[in-house]
Amino acid sequence: MSEITPEIVKEHGLNEAEYKMVLDIMGREPNLNELGIFSVMWSEHCSYKSSKKWLKTLPTEAPWVICGPGENAGIIDVGDGDAVIFKMESHNHPSYIEPYQGAATGVGGIMRDVFTMGARPIANVNALRFGVPEHPKTRHLVHGVVEGIGGYGNCMGVPTVAGEVEFDTSYDGNILVNAMCVGLAKADNIFYCAAAGIGKPVVYVGSKTGRDGIHGATMASTEFTADTEEKRPTVQVGDPFTEKLLLEACLELMQTDAIVAIQDMGAAGLTSSSFEMASSGGVGIDMNLDMVPQREENMTPYEMMLSESQERMLMVLEPGKEDMARAIFEKWELDFAVIGEITDTGRMRLFHKGEMVGDLPIDPLAQASPEYDRPWVPTPKRAPIAAKDVAAPADMMDAIKTLVSTPNGCSKRWVWEQYDHMVMNDTVARPGGDAAVVRIHGTQKGLAVTSDVTPRYVFADPVEGGKQAVAETYRNITATGALPLAITDNMNFGNPERPEIMGQFVGACEGIRAACIALDYPVVSGNVSLYNETNGQGILPTPTIGGVGLIADVDKTIGMAFVAEGDAIVLIGSTTGHLGCSQYLAEILNRTDGPAPEVDLTLERQHGDFVRSEILAGNVNACHDLSDGGLGVALAEMAMVSGLGASVVDESNDVPLHGWLFGEDQARYVATTTDAEALLAAAKAAGVTAILIGEVQGQDLKIETAGTISVSKLKDAHEGWMPEFMAHPDFED
Amino acid sequence: MKACVIVFPASNCDRDMKVALESSLGSSVDMVWHRETDLSDYDLVAVPGGFSYGDYLRCGAMAARSPIMSEVVKHANQGGHVLGVCNGFQVLCESGLLPGVLMRNANLKFICKDVELKVERNDTVFTNGYEAGQIITYPVAHHDGNFFADAETLKRIEGQGQVAFRYVDNPNGSADDIAGIFNEAGNVLGLMPHPERLVEMPLGGLDGKPMFDSLIKSLAA
Repeated sequence: MSEITPEIVKEHGLNEAEYKMVLDIMGREPNLNELGIFSVMWSEHCSYKSSKKWLKTLPTEAPWVICGPGENAGIIDVGDGDAVIFKMESHNHPSYIEPYQGAATGVGGIMRDVFTMGARPIANVNALRFGVPEHPKTRHLVHGVVEGIGGYGNCMGVPTVAGEVEFDTSYDGNILVNAMCVGLAKADNIFYCAAAGIGKPVVYVGSKTGRDGIHGATMASTEFTADTEEKRPTVQVGDPFTEKLLLEACLELMQTDAIVAIQDMGAAGLTSSSFEMASSGGVGIDMNLDMVPQREENMTPYEMMLSESQERMLMVLEPGKEDMARAIFEKWELDFAVIGEITDTGRMRLFHKGEMVGDLPIDPLAQASPEYDRPWVPTPKRAPIAAKDVAAPADMMDAIKTLVSTPNGCSKRWVWEQYDHMVMNDTVARPGGDAAVVRIHGTQKGLAVTSDVTPRYVFADPVEGGKQAVAETYRNITATGALPLAITDNMNFGNPERPEIMGQFVGACEGIRAACIALDYPVVSGNVSLYNETNGQGILPTPTIGGVGLIADVDKTIGMAFVAEGDAIVLIGSTTGHLGCSQYLAEILNRTDGPAPEVDLTLERQHGDFVRSEILAGNVNACHDLSDGGLGVALAEMAMVSGLGASVVDESNDVPLHGWLFGEDQARYVATTTDAEALLAAAKAAGVTAILIGEVQGQDLKIETAGTISVSKLKDAHEGWMPEFMAHPDFED
Repeated sequence: MKACVIVFPASNCDRDMKVALESSLGSSVDMVWHRETDLSDYDLVAVPGGFSYGDYLRCGAMAARSPIMSEVVKHANQGGHVLGVCNGFQVLCESGLLPGVLMRNANLKFICKDVELKVERNDTVFTNGYEAGQIITYPVAHHDGNFFADAETLKRIEGQGQVAFRYVDNPNGSADDIAGIFNEAGNVLGLMPHPERLVEMPLGGLDGKPMFDSLIKSLAA
C-alpha cells in the first residue's frame, strides 16, 4: 500500500487538523482506501461540518411530524394512516459541468431518498437558478437542465408540478439546481436506515457499480475554478429506466417483512450508505467487495467504495428471505447480491480478493466528523427607501407589462411544458399557479406543494429574507386553500470560510427559525450546499424553501385565475409601498438598493388563517399571494391566466401610486368573491386589513389613475420572452 | 366485458389507464405483465403510456418484441379490441398492428399540455360517444409523437378512413395532423393524446370519458 503523503491528503480535501484526527481515530496511518472513505465522509456535503451548529437551531417538531431531519427525508402525518415523505436537495456543481446528467441525477437521487423510506413519489418540484440571459453559457445550461429534469422525471412517471426559474448574474458561473420530491407512504410501513441483527445479510440491489462519480461529494464541497471542466468525469450518469424498475422492485419488497433496514447509495455511494446504516444501528459490517456487481473490469476497492454510480440501494434483510427478495429483483431485471453481513465489531471491514483492504471504526468516523464554529459577521442593515423618493414610471401600465415580461417575471411555460405534470392522474392544480395541488390517490385529500425564496432579499437582509422565503411558501400554499404543514430547506451559499458568507448563513437560519416557529411550520428535512462560488465570487444567498400543505377536500381548492365577471376584488393586508429590493426598482430603474421588506410573522399567520378559512368556507373564488412586482403584477397574473380583465379603483391614498402598485409589502393576498360585503365583514371581525379595490370585468386590466392595457397584450408579453430567448438562432445545443 | 392493461418494464400510465377503464366499467381491470402469454379472457386490451424499456433503441421497439405482444397481435387478428395510448401507440406501430411510425417531435422537445382534437368519425366503438367533427380536448405528454408514414401509406390511411383524431393545432409535426389512427378492420386504435387523463372534473375536464364509456358499452353489448 502506498504511503500517504501530504499531497495525497490534500487531494482528498482534508486539512492538516482533520488528517490529525484521522490518525488519532485510526491509531495508525490509513491506507488509501481508508483515507478515501474519511475524505468523502468528512466532506462538507456529507458531514455538514460548517453548518451543523446552526441547523440544530431550526425547529423540527410538531404533533404531525413523524420524522425530522437526519434520515433520508422528513415525514409528516396527513391523517388516515397516510404519511408524506419529502426532501429537497441540490445538484448544483454537477449541473454546471454537465447540465443534462447533473440535473437528471439530482432528480433521480432525491426520488431514491423518498422511496428508500417506503414512499411512492407523487410529485416533483424544481427550483432552478441560472446566470443572466446574456451570459454565453446560460442558454446551454437552461436547455440541458430542463431536459435532464424532464428526461428523468417523465420516464419515472412522477409528475413535475411546481418550481421556480430565476436569472441573476451571481449564478453566471455557479447555477443552482434544487430538486424536491414528495412521496406518499403508509405511516405504519416506513423504512429507516438503522441496521440491526448480528449476522444478517447486507444486500446490494440495482445497477452495477462503475467508475462514474468518484469523489462527487468532494467536488460538491469545493469552489469552482478555471479547471472545473476537468471534473467532468466526476459527474454521474443517470438511467431513469433502471430507477423506475428499482422503485417498483423496492416497493414490492416493502410489502413483505423482509427488510430490516434500507439506504440508497447517493453521494459517496457505498461508503456513506454502509456507514450510515451501521452507525445508526450501532453495529459493524463486514463487506466482501468481490461480490459487488461491477460494470467495469479490475475495479479497485477504492473505486468501488467511492463510486457514485446511480440507481443502487443497500439493504439489510431478514435471514432466510434472500431468495424471495432475489426473485422480486430478478423479475424487475435488476442485480441482487449479498455483499456482507452485520457484525458486533462496531467496525467496517472491507475484504477484496481474500485480503482485508480496510478496517475502520464506524462511530468515530461517522459521528465524530469535524464540526466548525466558523467566524461570521452580520450583514449590515440597509438604509430605508421611501416610495416618494423613488421615481415613478412614465406609464404605470407599461411598467406592469415590463414586469411580467422580464426574464424573471415572464411565464415559465416553456419549462414546465417539457415536464409531464399530469401523469398519475392526480394533478388537481397544474404548474403556473401559486402552489400545485396533487390529490392523494383514491381520496379527496390533496397536497399543496411549492418552492420559494427571494435571494435578493436574503442578500440585503439574511434574517428578513430567511423569514420571507418561509412566509412565501406559506402564502402560496394558503392561497390554494391548503394548510401549510412543514418545509424542507435547501441552503445554497458561498464559501463558509468567509465571515460575511457565514453571516448570511447564520442570518438566514435565524429568519427561517423565527418563521417556522411563528407559523407552526417545522423543518423536517434539508440539504446544505456551500462553496457556490466561482473564482471567489459568491452566489446570492439562496435558502430555497420547499413547502407542503394539506387540504382535506380537493374540490375546495381554488386557483389564481379570475373566475367570473362581476366578482369583487379584495386586497388583504396593508400596503406601505415598500420598494427597497423590489422588482420595480431592479427592472424599471436598474437599482438593487434598499432594504428587504420586513416580514411581520404575526400578520402572516393571522392573514393566512383568515384567507384559508374563507376559501374553505367557499367565500373566495380566486386567490393569489402578493410577491415579486406587488399588486400590479398580481392583478395582471390573475387576469392573464383567466383571460378576464378587471376594473380597479385607486385606493393608494397617501402612498404614491407606484408604491401602491409595485411595493412588495408582505402578508398580502388578492382574493375575489361574489359577496364582497360578507368577506370584508369577516375580515373586520378577524381584525384583518382588507379593502375592496375593484371587480373582474371585460378583457382589459384597467386601473383608475394608472391606465388601461388589454389582457391579451399582457399575455403576449408574458408568454413571449422565454420561448424567444431559447429559440435564439445563435444557439447550438 | 373484460379488459386488461399490459404492463412493460417502465410503463407508467398503466395505473391511470386501469382507473379510467374501471370507472367506466364499474368492475376491476387486470394488469397483465409483459412476460405472460395468455389474453384469451379479454375483450379489450389496453397498451398504456410510459417509457417501456426506457425508450432505448427506439420508442416501443423493444416492447413490441416482448412475449405478450405476439398475444396482443393474435387477439387483434381474432377481432379483439386493442387501445394503445402514447407509448402504447408507439408499441402498436412497432409491432405492425398499425401503420406508420412516431418520430421525435418537430421541435425536439417533450411536450405536455392540453391539445384540441377533431374527432374524424364516430361510427366506431372507440368514438361513438362523440359527434363526428366534434372538437375535444385531450392532454399530450410525449417526446416522440410526430406521426410519419410514406406517401402511399398515408394515402391509404386517409382513403380508408383510418384517421381517428386530428390535431387542431399540430403540436409535434405529425403528417396530416394525425393524432390517432385505426387499423383497417377498425378494432385497433392507437393515439398519442391521453384520453385517460381527462375523465373527472378535478383533473380539469371530462373529454376523455366518452371514449371509455362507449368502448365498454359497445363491447358489453
